[in-house]
Amino acid sequence: MTTELLKVNNLKQYFPIKGGIFGRRVNDVKAVDDVSFAVKPGETLSIVGESGCGKSTTGRAILRLDEPTSGEVTFQGKDLLSLSKSEMRKMRKDLQIIFQDPYASINPRQTVRQVLNEAMEIQNVLPKNKREDRMLELMETVGLGAHQLDRFPHEFSGGQRQRIGIARALSVDPKLIICDESVSALDVSIQAQVLNLLKKLQKELDLTYLFIAHDLGVVRHISDRVLVMYLGKVVEIGDKKSLFDNPKHPYTKTLLSAIPVPDPTKKKEQIILKGDVPSPINPPSGCRFHTRCPFATDKCIEEVPDLRTSPEHMVDGHQAACHYIEEIESGEMKPNY
Amino acid sequence: MGNPKTIIDVNELQTSFFTSKGEVKAVDGVSFDVPSGKTLGIVGESGSGKSITSLSIMRLLEDPGKIKGGKITFQGEDLLSKSESEMRRIRGNRISMIFQEPMTSLNPVFTIGDQIAESYMIHEGLSKKEALKKSLGMLELVGIPSPKDRLKAYPHELSGGMRQRAMIAIALACNPELLIADEPTTALDVTIQAQILRLINNLQEELGMSMMLITHDLGVVAETCDYVAVMYAGKIVEYADVETLFKSPKHPYTVGLLKSLPRHDIDQDELEVIKGMVPRPDQLPQGCRFAPRCPFARDLCRDHLPALDNIDDKNQVRCWIYSEEWDGPEVNVQDDYGTAQSKQS
Repeated sequence: MTTELLKVNNLKQYFPIKGGIFGRRVNDVKAVDDVSFAVKPGETLSIVGESGCGKSTTGRAILRLDEPTSGEVTFQGKDLLSLSKSEMRKMRKDLQIIFQDPYASINPRQTVRQVLNEAMEIQNVLPKNKREDRMLELMETVGLGAHQLDRFPHEFSGGQRQRIGIARALSVDPKLIICDESVSALDVSIQAQVLNLLKKLQKELDLTYLFIAHDLGVVRHISDRVLVMYLGKVVEIGDKKSLFDNPKHPYTKTLLSAIPVPDPTKKKEQIILKGDVPSPINPPSGCRFHTRCPFATDKCIEEVPDLRTSPEHMVDGHQAACHYIEEIESGEMKPNY
Repeated sequence: MGNPKTIIDVNELQTSFFTSKGEVKAVDGVSFDVPSGKTLGIVGESGSGKSITSLSIMRLLEDPGKIKGGKITFQGEDLLSKSESEMRRIRGNRISMIFQEPMTSLNPVFTIGDQIAESYMIHEGLSKKEALKKSLGMLELVGIPSPKDRLKAYPHELSGGMRQRAMIAIALACNPELLIADEPTTALDVTIQAQILRLINNLQEELGMSMMLITHDLGVVAETCDYVAVMYAGKIVEYADVETLFKSPKHPYTVGLLKSLPRHDIDQDELEVIKGMVPRPDQLPQGCRFAPRCPFARDLCRDHLPALDNIDDKNQVRCWIYSEEWDGPEVNVQDDYGTAQSKQS
C-alpha cells in the first residue's frame, strides 16, 4: 500500500483518572475511542469538532507526544507505535507539528536563529556550514526578514511568531505537518496571511497536512478532505465538497448550521441543539450523539453505528456513522426538537 | 446621527493609557450612538480599542487607563461627570455587562444564586429570601436546566455554556436598559454559541433592551446586530446598518476584512489578505491609520487623517477616497481591492 502516507487504525487514547487513597485507576477519560483514517500524500485532511472531541489528542497520539492506549499508526509503511524512543525521534524529522499558541510553543529565551539551529541540529539535516544559508532561505519562505534572525520571540507579533513556528517545522524538511489549531489565535487579517502561506508551501514543497481545527470556514478553505469527530469518535468523513454541501450525519448538519454566516441577508435555518457535550468519562451508550440528536431512537441508545456509506445518497469515500442516513434523507424520519 | 431616540450617545471619546513609555491612545475620538431597542455591533481586531470603549462607558478602566476627553450621554445623563457611587448605582442596574470569559468574571467562592441575588439586594433592596426567589426566575428565563439545584451550584460545577447563561442571568437581573456584551460567545463552541446568541436575541426582544455587542466575529455581527461600527487602531473607520455594511462596505479595511474571512458556506480560491499588521498603539501613523496597509493609499492618506463623513445616507466612512480632496484615480474599493493589492506588491 503506497497510496497512503499515514494510516491510523483503531486508535484509542484513554487517560486514567486516579482516585482513592491508593491512587488506583478509578475510571478513564476516553478522549479518542477507536478512530481510523488515512492520509494520502500531498493532501490536507482536516479533523474538526468542538472542544473535548479528541481532535488534538489524535494529533498528539500520532506523534506519540502522548503514548496511545492501543491501535496502530503507520507512516510510510512503518509502525510508529513499535518504534523505540530514539527511533521515534528520528521519525519526527518527517512528522512535524505546529501548535496553536506560538507564545507557548517557542522557547522565549532563544533567538529565532537558535530555535531553527536546534531543530536542524537534533535532526542532523544539514552540515553546520550550510545551515546559515538554509535559515535565511527559511525566513524568506515564511515571509520574515533575514535581519529578524537574531531577535527573540517577544519581539514578534502573534502572526509573525506563528511564522517562526512554521519555519521551525519546515527546517527539517518534513513530509507531514500536523497543524493543531495553528491559526486559531490569530486575527482574521493575519489568519488569512498564514493560511495562504500554508497553502503555498504545500504546493511548493509537496507537503501533506493533517489540519486540526474548530473553525469550519478555515477548514473549508484549506482542506481536501474533512473528518468530523464527536466525543472521541469519527461521525463523518468525506471530501470537502460532499461534507459541506451534503452532510449526512445529524451532528455535522447541526455544526454547519450553527456557524454564523457573515451575510445578514442569508437567513438560514438554524438547528439549535439541546444541552452540552456529555462527559467523555462516561460517554453515552450506542451512538454518542443520541442524547442531543433530534432523530434518536432506542436503536441509537443501544447500538454503536459504524461508519458507512449509503451509495444512493453519498459519493465514494463519503461515510457517516448514523443508523438512519436513508430514513432521514427520504424524510421518513422527522426531527424531534 | 440624529436618531430621535437613542439610549446612549458617545461623543469624541478619548481613552489613553499613561505608561512609563508615554501616552498610548487606545480610543481616539470615537463617536456613535445606540438607537433605543436596537443592537449596535462594534467590530475590530485585537488592539482596535473596542473593549476599551465599552470599559470606558462603564467607567471600569483601571490604572493607568484614563478617559481623557469626550462625552458619554446615557438617557440624557452625562456619565463622565458621575461620582463613583452614582456610577455604582447605574452599573448592573441600568447598564449591565457580559464578559468573554465567564470563569474569570464569576466569583468562584459564591454560589450562582448568591451572585444573582446580590444584584437584587443592592439595587432593589430586597431581602435575601425574596432575592433568591427572583434569582430562580432568572435562571429559568436563561434556560438553565433544574434551576433549583443550580442556584446552589458554584461556578466550577457548571459547563462553559451554562456559566455564560448564569452571567447573562446576573446581567439581566435588574432589567437593564442597556446591555454591553463583550465577546460573549468567543470562548464557546459553535453549537453552544448558537444557543447563547439565540437566547440573547430572544431576551432582548422580550425585555426591550438596547445592546452593544463587541466582537471580532463578523458572522456573529451579521446575525445579531442592526448597526455596525468598524474600529481600527482606536478609531471608527466605518458605520452603517448591518445590511449595507456587508453588502456594500466602503472603507478599504472593512473590505479587506470581509475578503480575508474564510467562509464555510461558499468556496473561495485564495483569500485576499490585509498586508502587514495593526500598528502598535504607541507608534500610530500620522495620517490615516490604515494607510500603511491600504492598497489604495497615496501621499494624501499618509500625511493627513481623514474624518468620519457621511458619504451617502447609509455609510459613514473615514477615508479620503470618498472626499473631494482625493487626487488619485477613481476606485471602487470592493471591486478593485484584489488588483490594487497585487499591483502594490
